[in-house]
Amino acid sequence: MTALLETTQLSKTFTLHGRGGLELPVFSGIDLKVVAGECLALTGHSGSGKSSLLRCLYGNYGASAGEVRVFHDGQWVSLSNAAPREVLDVRRRTLGYVSQFLRVIPRVSTLDIVAEPLRRLGVAADAARAEAAQWLARLNLHERLWHLPPATFSGGEQQRVNIAHGLIGGQPVLLLDEPTASLDADNRRIVMELIRAARTRGAAIVGIFHDDEVREAVASRCFDVEQHHPSH
Amino acid sequence: MMDDNYNFGFLDERTKKMIRRAMLKAVAIPGYQVPFGSREMPFAYGWGTGGVQVTASVIGRDDVLKVIDQGADDTTNAVNIRRFFARTTGVTTTEKTAQASIIQTRHRIPETALEEGQVIVFQVPMPEPLFRLEPRRRETITMHALAEYGLMNVKLYEDIAQLGAISRTYDYPVLVNERYLTSPSPIPKFDNPKMHMNPALQLFGAGREKRIYAIPPYTAVRSLDFEDHPFEVQRWDHACALCGAADSFLDEMIVDDEGSRLFVCSDSDYCGERRDAGYCGTQQAVHMPVNLLPLPLGEGRGEGREEGPRAEALAPTLSQKEREVIQ
Amino acid sequence: MNDDLLLSVRGAGKRFMQGNRLRWACRDVSFDLYPGEVLAVVGESGSGKSTLLRLLAARLACDEGSVHYDVRDEAGTAAAASAAGEAGLVDLAQLSEARLRWLARTDWGFVEQHARDGLRMNVSGGANIGERMMALGSRHYGKLRGQALSWMERVELDVDRIDDLPGTYSGGMQQRLQIARNLVTHPRLVFMDEPTTGLDVSVQARLLDLLRELVDQLQLAAVIVTHDLAVARLLAHRMLVMKDGQVVEQGLTDRVLDDPQHAYTQLLVSSVLTP
Repeated sequence: MTALLETTQLSKTFTLHGRGGLELPVFSGIDLKVVAGECLALTGHSGSGKSSLLRCLYGNYGASAGEVRVFHDGQWVSLSNAAPREVLDVRRRTLGYVSQFLRVIPRVSTLDIVAEPLRRLGVAADAARAEAAQWLARLNLHERLWHLPPATFSGGEQQRVNIAHGLIGGQPVLLLDEPTASLDADNRRIVMELIRAARTRGAAIVGIFHDDEVREAVASRCFDVEQHHPSH
Repeated sequence: MMDDNYNFGFLDERTKKMIRRAMLKAVAIPGYQVPFGSREMPFAYGWGTGGVQVTASVIGRDDVLKVIDQGADDTTNAVNIRRFFARTTGVTTTEKTAQASIIQTRHRIPETALEEGQVIVFQVPMPEPLFRLEPRRRETITMHALAEYGLMNVKLYEDIAQLGAISRTYDYPVLVNERYLTSPSPIPKFDNPKMHMNPALQLFGAGREKRIYAIPPYTAVRSLDFEDHPFEVQRWDHACALCGAADSFLDEMIVDDEGSRLFVCSDSDYCGERRDAGYCGTQQAVHMPVNLLPLPLGEGRGEGREEGPRAEALAPTLSQKEREVIQ
Repeated sequence: MNDDLLLSVRGAGKRFMQGNRLRWACRDVSFDLYPGEVLAVVGESGSGKSTLLRLLAARLACDEGSVHYDVRDEAGTAAAASAAGEAGLVDLAQLSEARLRWLARTDWGFVEQHARDGLRMNVSGGANIGERMMALGSRHYGKLRGQALSWMERVELDVDRIDDLPGTYSGGMQQRLQIARNLVTHPRLVFMDEPTTGLDVSVQARLLDLLRELVDQLQLAAVIVTHDLAVARLLAHRMLVMKDGQVVEQGLTDRVLDDPQHAYTQLLVSSVLTP
């Protein structure tokens, strides 16, 4: 099976200059290899650095040491050393991300937010919105909400918008940060199906699943981030 | 008879040399404003000092000089300037365009076509065509240097947008030799076409602003316009009352309290020549009732004055006593 | 990924004499900009960001370093490439004033902080939009007006106001008029100096929305100077953080804002109030 995401000795330490240079080590020496079709669940207690690791994999956090590599366009791209526009291209076509909290852009409707990843891939506006509508319907988001900006939605509704936004692009590598956290049982099941469907189409997934049931249902293996805290 | 107390042409020879150098440069760069050391003349700025300095620098003993002001040889300014040159040069003067070798003019180009060898000198108040749009000299110098004339087009666009047509009817901006934007001086736009490929040398002098420019013979001169709003000259519904000319620029004179107008050729020489040749106009004023004229009070009621309803319409503005007088 | 480099800045710096002291308003700035990339230059007052913007737009000359741009000639071909056989980038310092002014009117846009500085206040909205086309020789009134109308629609201005003077427009409308005026010639690079500062919050939101769409639709590259991190996050792919004339941090916008490395960046990010 082809590896799509790799890390080599990945380490992250925060340095708080505002606190006199206080250093907060998060993890160190992480070697990961995620292949197509598998779902790697990151485990560890709250605060152990799971989210930080995920963000490092996305390029949202810089690596203090080590490297993140993504298989993009038939070759390995070092996310840690790539130019910003390369990172953006990787994110557009290869690396998808479902964040824990939806970042709201004022005045943009839910439908347009979800359609945006497709627009960036060159899909025409109407077709993109049509597909976005399908995703939202699948996630049980009522049609009357589609033309509203999601700022006033409930946590669960926002999370479903987030999931649609993260998965609609069909990227081969997906990073999921607590995708079912605010969802009820029905919606959780729908998301689990979506994740399984992504695995089936060959996506390599790295996810944080707070819920044991969800993790057991979708993950093919686990990785304990807490083990890689420098204090260990 | 020339007055020996003055140098020929009033100006000293060094000054004439300086002005001729400026003119040579001006002729070499058609439409480009050349600064020159404008001298103090025996009359004030605004009365043609620039034009006079140009004429004084080119005039020779054998020249024949014509001077016109708004097309007429017999207006005060034309008379004074002609007498000035008669006194300081002793040259022959004339009122006939065809006989002149130098024509100094304020605000008109003669109707009679000019020929090779003639020189026409324009009096220019403001040589900078962009002045009203961009008063800063530093900016306009750069615009001319880089041929950045978009601003003028913006002004013309704005005229059409706000007024339906380009509003300029005199001093209409032209592009000389497809390069420099130039002010043709406050001639009516009716005269602009005459500037194009004219066989005569056209010289422009602005005394107060201290600039000279020129359009050499047979130079392209194009009035700015839009493709779908092309440049048009003024037209009249009437002909000259004196000579019957339908192709000249007509002055419109109001001759009575009724608003009757007399249309007469602005170019007095042209009109005179036609009359000498036997042409004749209607010799009459044109009656043009204007409904907004105030009512004449008391006596002197002319034709065409409406009674009754008109008085009522104006009633609110008349006092009781005035109304009694009308009634 | 094979897009031609649009703007290349190497060690750019500008100094001013203050009294008898020499002060570097900005120094040692280097970055490359590609088509379609939006770069935010962020910093507080006195950081040198506005000076940098003026250096990039050739309104000031570099005292150190250089700014190179992919100049195209009137036919749209890379001028330098045809002339010198190089990569197509031309040092702005080598260009004549005429060329720079032509560049500023065609391939570049500059949106000023105060719309009044970027508009002709004494001619109508339509004339403002049409000016660049007229400067390039467009002489058909009907077509000019048509273009002005379509651009007004695009920036969400009421087309009935085409003949109104900009002074009668609200602040937000003036900004949108400024944007339309700059975009008629389809510039590839737009400079913006605090485009939303001073506008009401709702007006800002609408303007940012418009800018996002236009940048996307037209594949504009842009350099946006702002002190508002939210504007940077919304519009920019990349960020430059400036303090006291120096670039203290640069990179992907979300990386710089979510994982700031430099002390000053951390201070900036932590200082932002969120309602």
